[in-house]
Amino acid sequence: MIWNETKECMSRDEMTALQSARLVKLVDRVYHNVEPYRKKMQQIGLEPGDIRGLEDITKLPFTTKDDLRDNYPFGLFAVPNSQITRIHASSGTTGKATVVGYTRRDIDIWSECVARCITMAGLGKNDIIQIAYGYGLFTGGLGAHYGAEKMGATVVPMSTGNTKKLVSMMVDFGVTGIMCTPSYLLHIAETIRDMGLRDKIKLKASINGAEPWSEKMRMEMESMLGIHSHDIYGLSEIMGPGVATDCIYHKGLHVQEDHFLPEIIDRNTFEPVPDGTEGELVLTTLTKEGLPLIRYRTKDLTSITHGKCECGRTSARISRFTGRTDDMLIIRGVNVFPSQVENALLELSGTTPHYLMIVDRQDNHDSLEVQVEMEEKFFSDEIRGLEDMTRKIEHALKDAIGLAVKVKLVEPNSIERSMGKTKHVIDNRKY
Amino acid sequence: MFVKQLSVFIENREGRLEQVTGCLSEKGINILALSMADTQEFGILRMIVSAPEKALEALKEKGFSAKLTDVLAVRMEDKPGQLHQITHILCTKQVNIEYMYSMATTERLAIIVKASDGEKAEEALTEGGLKVYGEQEMN
Repeated sequence: MIWNETKECMSRDEMTALQSARLVKLVDRVYHNVEPYRKKMQQIGLEPGDIRGLEDITKLPFTTKDDLRDNYPFGLFAVPNSQITRIHASSGTTGKATVVGYTRRDIDIWSECVARCITMAGLGKNDIIQIAYGYGLFTGGLGAHYGAEKMGATVVPMSTGNTKKLVSMMVDFGVTGIMCTPSYLLHIAETIRDMGLRDKIKLKASINGAEPWSEKMRMEMESMLGIHSHDIYGLSEIMGPGVATDCIYHKGLHVQEDHFLPEIIDRNTFEPVPDGTEGELVLTTLTKEGLPLIRYRTKDLTSITHGKCECGRTSARISRFTGRTDDMLIIRGVNVFPSQVENALLELSGTTPHYLMIVDRQDNHDSLEVQVEMEEKFFSDEIRGLEDMTRKIEHALKDAIGLAVKVKLVEPNSIERSMGKTKHVIDNRKY
Repeated sequence: MFVKQLSVFIENREGRLEQVTGCLSEKGINILALSMADTQEFGILRMIVSAPEKALEALKEKGFSAKLTDVLAVRMEDKPGQLHQITHILCTKQVNIEYMYSMATTERLAIIVKASDGEKAEEALTEGGLKVYGEQEMN
């Protein structure tokens, strides 16, 4: 099944024409409504009329997360607040959140994109779908929810937390689809196994995103549950989940190209690379009203192909992500930068002690331990004093990154330094 | 009158305590009393040593987190009721004991006490007829 055959199976010429027309309008709209963009274009002597189609896209400057931060909270919005119907936010690098705003039409288009993705996973309006992403400022829960409703499925808004209850309902309701992070699905699969309910579930497919995962993990999930698992890609700056998903052939993720224009650029020269070559994914929101972004650098590494897929769709496909160009970690769906930990420690102690973040996955649950080297000012000759200090650091880090952290005080100089530079992250997770 | 206690932060892994004792041994420092407070991940080694300042310097040079704390060393006799005498006095005066451990050398028996209010504790113990050692009496 294809949700929107007109758009998803367009010929390349038609798609290019559509994208060109939308890009021209977008640039014009952004130039006149978003001051920081206008200034950026004026600085390089670029006028809206200079962009006549897709072929001119490389003339446009890039947008980065810094632009969002510099214009916090609403500085890049292209419409007055009266037209913004929803706000979402994700964690930023310096404690300030990245804020995104949607008009009613943006929410409609987002739901349309998610509906396409769910259909790509082989689910339809007769299915019962559990949404087990967190609901709230995070785009995962509400994004998936609206899309599943739009598609016509019966939606069960589970959110995260009570896994046994989720599994009981999965059995009782005859749930056939689930949307959650891949690591959470593995945890759910283990709970199903431990509860001895593998034969009682009717699950057919899962749609998983907000975390990097591998083909190996997909195979594991599929065989544990007897289902098809699909990778859904998205980022709040662009929209949320639903930018791209893989179909049942799993030959890359189909990008919703009529709304999001993908480019792959060389990570060093920032020049476009040919199909099949790895580089950084850059996205332009062709239709977004609330927060339109031009050439947004996602920092995600992938490659692209434009050939027709066995499923019949002609949309460009991006390969599974191979990494990031920055040091961002994704832990339980939360974006974490080492600089956030550093800033929190700095605020707490006035200096930055040496620290090491250790990310692990136990029982399919991501955990973050932060080792902090003991400093004079932390040291107490009483256990209670040290335990209080540990809790205090844990609270400060939790406030900073929005994730429960285990802090371990370690001896001075025990964290390895190489060439004068300290390695701040060890990621033991197997993708 | 207080004595200087040397405390060292030690991670709960093999070989760490040996490093501390090795360092003190090298410098010819005598350990008169010690206690180890530990949790799952780390411990605090508390010691009364023959030359606290010198020991502190030596440990810091080796990269340890260490510090000196004022504690009370109360003379004891080897007979029943001695410890109770101390706890009773402190309890009556509403002084809390943060931690305590014993010291037994060939010259003397003592209880090392870290009280919530050190001066109040010392006053009460002296009033109660107990002997509180000073730093120079320890060597």
